[in-house]
Amino acid sequence: MKKIIELKNVSKSFDGEVVLDHINLDIYDNEFLTLLGPSGCGKTTTLRIIGGFENADEGDIVFMGENINDMPPYKRNINTVFQRYALFPHLNVYENVAFPLREKKEKKSEIDRKVKEMLNLVALSGFERRSVTSLSGGQQQRVAIARALVSNPKVLLLDEPLAALDLKLRKDMQQELKKIQKATGITFVFVTHDQEEALSMSDTVVVMAEGKIQQIGTPIDIYNEPENAFVADFIGESNIVDGIMLEDKKVSFSGHIFDCVDYGFKKREPVDVVIRPEDVDIVPEEKGMLKGVVTSVTFLGVHYEIIVDIDGFKWMIQTTDFVDVDEHIGLYIEPDAIHIMHKSQYSGMFGDYSSFSNELDELSDAEMEIEE
Amino acid sequence: MKSSNSISKRDRIVRRLTLAPYSIWSVLFIVVPLLFVAYYAFTDRNFNFTFDNVSRFFTATTSIMDKNGMPKEVHTYLVIFTRSLRLAIISTLICLLLGYPLAYIISRAHEKTQKIIITLIMIPMWMNFLIRTYAWMTILQDAGIINRILGHIGIKPIKIIGTEAAVVIGMVYDYFPYMVLPIYSIMAKMDNKLIEAAKDLGCNGAGVLRRVVWPLSLPGVISGVTMVLIPSISTFYISQKLGYGKFYLIGDAIEGQYAANNLHFAAAIAFILMVILLAAMVFMQSYANKKTCA
Amino acid sequence: MKPASKIYTALIMIFLFAPIVVLLIFSFNESKSLSVFSGFSLHWYEELFHDFDTLKALKNTLVLAVCASVISTITGTAAAVGITKMRNKYLKATLNTVTNIPMINPDIITGISLMLMFVFVGRLFGAATSLNFATMLISHITFCLPYVILQVLPKLQQMDKALPEAAMDLGCTPVKAFFKVIIPEIMPGIVTGMIMAFTLSLDDFVISYFTSGNGFQTLPIRIYSMTKKTVTPKMYALATLIFFVILVLLLISNLSDSSGDETIKEAKHRRKMKKSATEAAN
Repeated sequence: MKKIIELKNVSKSFDGEVVLDHINLDIYDNEFLTLLGPSGCGKTTTLRIIGGFENADEGDIVFMGENINDMPPYKRNINTVFQRYALFPHLNVYENVAFPLREKKEKKSEIDRKVKEMLNLVALSGFERRSVTSLSGGQQQRVAIARALVSNPKVLLLDEPLAALDLKLRKDMQQELKKIQKATGITFVFVTHDQEEALSMSDTVVVMAEGKIQQIGTPIDIYNEPENAFVADFIGESNIVDGIMLEDKKVSFSGHIFDCVDYGFKKREPVDVVIRPEDVDIVPEEKGMLKGVVTSVTFLGVHYEIIVDIDGFKWMIQTTDFVDVDEHIGLYIEPDAIHIMHKSQYSGMFGDYSSFSNELDELSDAEMEIEE
Repeated sequence: MKSSNSISKRDRIVRRLTLAPYSIWSVLFIVVPLLFVAYYAFTDRNFNFTFDNVSRFFTATTSIMDKNGMPKEVHTYLVIFTRSLRLAIISTLICLLLGYPLAYIISRAHEKTQKIIITLIMIPMWMNFLIRTYAWMTILQDAGIINRILGHIGIKPIKIIGTEAAVVIGMVYDYFPYMVLPIYSIMAKMDNKLIEAAKDLGCNGAGVLRRVVWPLSLPGVISGVTMVLIPSISTFYISQKLGYGKFYLIGDAIEGQYAANNLHFAAAIAFILMVILLAAMVFMQSYANKKTCA
Repeated sequence: MKPASKIYTALIMIFLFAPIVVLLIFSFNESKSLSVFSGFSLHWYEELFHDFDTLKALKNTLVLAVCASVISTITGTAAAVGITKMRNKYLKATLNTVTNIPMINPDIITGISLMLMFVFVGRLFGAATSLNFATMLISHITFCLPYVILQVLPKLQQMDKALPEAAMDLGCTPVKAFFKVIIPEIMPGIVTGMIMAFTLSLDDFVISYFTSGNGFQTLPIRIYSMTKKTVTPKMYALATLIFFVILVLLLISNLSDSSGDETIKEAKHRRKMKKSATEAAN
């Protein structure tokens, strides 16, 4: 595969605050790459630097082998779908899509053909004369995509394009974006804070936090083999406990020695152990590798989400078996359900569910949204 | 490293190009002229420094007849200034008393009605104010329209023109829209649900007005008061026509000195007026800030 | 509206329109009187059209208003763009304060201050009279500028910052993006600002009074000198004509206002979108 964009040692600060800290990232031709991370992690800034709306303080941006540090956005063969679409309210649907073509002074018949083709691609044929302000959010989104794609860019940047849509529409648009990307063969660089969205759409996921790249990998790698506690916690739910690697494929945590599949650690190295809630089996207390007391049970439709207190550490377990609060249960964990990570700056910050609450999580999410 | 600045450099160029003409203009024709007012106020005809103009404002005296027909010495310009202030405050209060309920009524009306009434209020503003004022003169005259109507229904003519009341009528008429419009624009933004909520929480009509509507409309009231008080304190045409020139106001004093080519004394009066207004404005602003913070 | 509210509003309207009605009626008076109506006639209108001084003043006023509104609209719009780009808080606050001065200061002080400067500078160059068309134009631009800025600035602030970026993304140079995207977006503000500047200039008496020379007379100054002598219904005829011209102007600006209504609708729509965005994020 061919590298299309390379970020080399890119740093950026705003008013003395470091937003990007020596980022290195290769983006390949024809891939769907997602920058994933919480608000303020630098994902949008990365996108804006690629688009040419910000200059990096340090480092190089290389596009198809050419350094484009100083190239203004209008000369880059890269287009953007903006967060709130940025459709031109004084132009109708047709003129919005035709905008870049008119800028290039293309022939009328060419413009007409391309605009029609694009509107067809985003399923908006017949909307040509409509005012963009009269469209629904989903339709505006499609116009923005058509407008960004019509001049056939090499790369399409999408800045949280689905954030403004409701859940149902969002799922549909995820499918559609993926389809459009496949059909056009254009490299998509997608920014989101929604991990589910990132996992379901991307070829490559780049997890970012605090201006640094935490992990680059396929969705499956990212989920199954998180690099550190931050990634493990940010992608899906995780129980993260302190452990000690006794030897290859043997780890001790929570007062018990487990078989596992990881190796290559130092002898007696302190490590973070990740166990996904759905990988824990509930067994009668006497048969369990670990024993604990159920402190809460929440019914979520497909499964129950239960919190189990094991020696003061709260585990989250997803199960289809019903257990009751205050019940004493045993836990059984398969060797390949255990994932071992080196200690990192994020160790001990995540993975304990003692203060867990769905609502609190969402509240803090919403706050972040507004700040951005 | 040179790359890190191409966008901010562009921004800086745009900023400079767009701001330069206006910045230069506003320094040359707003700031410098005000400095000239101060310069003239503190110099004599030969541009030598002097306090004479300013002190003349505070010390000049005239003799007038008091109520019993006895001659009396008064400080000319202090009398003029307090008269200006008094008439301006009375006019402002009348504008507020008449305008506040009107603004409230409009803001609660149907959206179309709102637009129509606001346009109606603004239409007289577009009529030249000299002519508007002159028309009032013909209405209020001794042999004017009001007295003719009164005569027809057998009431003795009343004396309005040439009284302070006539001057106040003129001020209220000319500046009334400046009171209504800012109050209205604040009230129009006020959500009806706030009033409903207040009623729901046990406020009666008066309580709603006092505890919800009034505090929320205060910024509009303050800008309305400023916009009426300042022109009425400095007017010079209204008093000449409707007061028959008997009630010299501070504006008349400035205009009179200008017409008599006493530029330095005219500047001194203008300077003093400016300082007093500035102090009042600072006071009002801090009051407004305190109110809106609390 | 409640009946009481209706009566109250009606009374105030009577107060506001009484002098205007009087003026309209007496402009058609046969005799010279401004308080006794003796019969209908167009005599005074006829006389008005033969009054060359007044017609010249009218021409002067229009020339001045057109020049002042065009120059202040261009300079003011540019200034508004610059102000939104300003980073330095203190400089911004200072500029805003200076901008507010002509709006808050009594007209008489603005007029006196400009006059003093013009006279002083004129004397430096040894001119006998330094007040002329140029000094009046400068004065009118000065008091029109803040109103233009005040109309354009909020439109710029409401505009989605991503719009010019989107234009550049799609191939526009920054200058082109300004004319193709920003200008159409803030057009309602520019038009309203220009109409305001035009009418303010048309109507101004106090500042013109202090900064006009002998040679250049505008309509308000002509009216002032007319009211110093005995006034005939001719002046009312003039006022009636001005009044209807302004009414037509108001009508036009109302039409452009209805396009302004659309921008309000758009803004509401955008706000709705933003809201649903945050809701979806939750």
